[in-house]
Amino acid sequence: MNNTRSQPSSCFPVVRIAGVNGMLVSFGDRLTEASNRAALAFRAALEERRIEGIGETATSLASVFTRFDPLVISHRRIEGLLRDLLATRDWYSAPLPAGRRLWRVPTVYGTDLAPQLDEAAEAAGLDRDEAIERLGTSRVRVLTIGFAPGQPYLGPLGPEWNLPRLQELTPMVPRGALVLAISQFVLFAGPTPTGWRHVGQTAFRCFRPESDAPIALRPGDEMIFEPVDRATYDRLSASDATGDGGATRTEIAP
Amino acid sequence: MSLIVRRIGPGCTLQDQGRSGCLDLGLSRGGAADLRAVAEGAALLRQGADLAVLEMAGMGGEFEAQCDLRIALTGAPMDASIDGAKVAWNASHLLPAGARLTVGAARQGVYGYLHVGGGFEGSTFLGSRSVHLAAGVGRAVAVGDDLPVGSDKGTETGLFLPADDRFSGGTLRVLEGFQTPLFAPEVRERFVATEFARGPRANRMGVQMVCDGAGFAAEGQLNILSEIIVPGDIQMTGDGRPFVLMPECQTTGGYPRIGTVIPADLPLAAQTPAGASVRFGFVSLDEAAQAEAEARAGLARLTAQARPLVRDIAQIADLLSYQLISGAISAHDDHTEEPT
Repeated sequence: MNNTRSQPSSCFPVVRIAGVNGMLVSFGDRLTEASNRAALAFRAALEERRIEGIGETATSLASVFTRFDPLVISHRRIEGLLRDLLATRDWYSAPLPAGRRLWRVPTVYGTDLAPQLDEAAEAAGLDRDEAIERLGTSRVRVLTIGFAPGQPYLGPLGPEWNLPRLQELTPMVPRGALVLAISQFVLFAGPTPTGWRHVGQTAFRCFRPESDAPIALRPGDEMIFEPVDRATYDRLSASDATGDGGATRTEIAP
Repeated sequence: MSLIVRRIGPGCTLQDQGRSGCLDLGLSRGGAADLRAVAEGAALLRQGADLAVLEMAGMGGEFEAQCDLRIALTGAPMDASIDGAKVAWNASHLLPAGARLTVGAARQGVYGYLHVGGGFEGSTFLGSRSVHLAAGVGRAVAVGDDLPVGSDKGTETGLFLPADDRFSGGTLRVLEGFQTPLFAPEVRERFVATEFARGPRANRMGVQMVCDGAGFAAEGQLNILSEIIVPGDIQMTGDGRPFVLMPECQTTGGYPRIGTVIPADLPLAAQTPAGASVRFGFVSLDEAAQAEAEARAGLARLTAQARPLVRDIAQIADLLSYQLISGAISAHDDHTEEPT
């Protein structure tokens, strides 16, 4: 992003207020591999400390959110604790979490299932086949789970995909939609209005409330959205009982 | 023990305090839109505020008790009657086995609440009974549902609480957040100087605020990194129009937020009906923390404030100081139990 009038990049990591019961530690105002990795590692370290008064922690793309009870632990005190933890190491060089998986997800690009592929390709300066080739071979990481249950933000994609969100919302994209903006994918967990471009369609279900493991993906997992034709997608959709939509999963060696 | 649903308005759901601790799964807390109303019902039934209640989104329904039930009615005032006899709002009552409770449309505010002694039971998901329609957890209550009720340890009914004024708009206190500096000072000044009306679009995810004139855009609005959202955040959509985010909001989002309505004022934000006037006023962090402490103290006082609806005349020490004639009940409305 381009506006940081009050928060120049040089001051990261930065600790800021997020509501009367929240603090946000941000490792950047742009998504980078390192700022995402820093957020994942910092959150893990914060969880390990089990600080009284902290209700929960969560990561976003490049930040860690801490919810706490301001009547148990004051903002000043929690800010001090967060700054102390920040000072213990260089978080940007922290390793990725263990237990990561690689998912290969069958994906239809374009067609009436994903009608904004062509305009995304044009905005990226590519023809359709080249766009499918690049998107379909991009190995992206689950940067965070958010917006809706189990829904991953994925990236980074190449700089040609640094497209702003659309000002006009698409009224509804379906579950399993692969959408694109600002060099990221989102794989939608449910039907949602969005300003991101709908470039692919999968039969993958991110949220499976009927399952013992309702959330399929974890931050740090990697995904490849491999192109398939419409007939293959239809067959996978019709026969899918697990929610994987034909996706395969393998462990990533540490 | 159960309560059968004979008629029901749209979007009525079982709610409790919500499921906190699931932000990392992308699941927002959810829970009742008006947590003060949940606490009021708990005080009226002398039970915990963690039990599930029925949240009625603007319109009630008709319910038949399968056994003697204690009930309480709180939140947006609605016309309620038991077997045709009008009963007081913000009060607890006995709903005898076979009796029908009828709840009409909200006269003021948005969300009315039906509480039962022992709380509503039913399936839990990640530790909560809250239906989260936006996430696809559970579903709205439907005609024919037989809502199971937990075992009730209490016996007392006929208590009432004085009505609270949070059902017709007002000023929402706002704390600056990490994205407030994205809005130019003159935009923030115009924002707090503007009188908004609650717009037609409102649900458990967010409430639209409308006004005349220009929107309230942030700089670089379409390229902001998606970031954590908390309930109460005032999000500016693409055209710079504010939505106050509610318990079923998304957990992250890329639209910038000019600030966060403090938790103490979220019941008012949720209960403001379409068209009612809303203003926003920034408060300091210390003022926000103080407001939170006061709001919780207010909830803690509710139990002591819940008093008998019809008082035994022998227990009124200063009987002669009462004006006993005016406000007498009309002979044509002899079922009215409204506290006077």
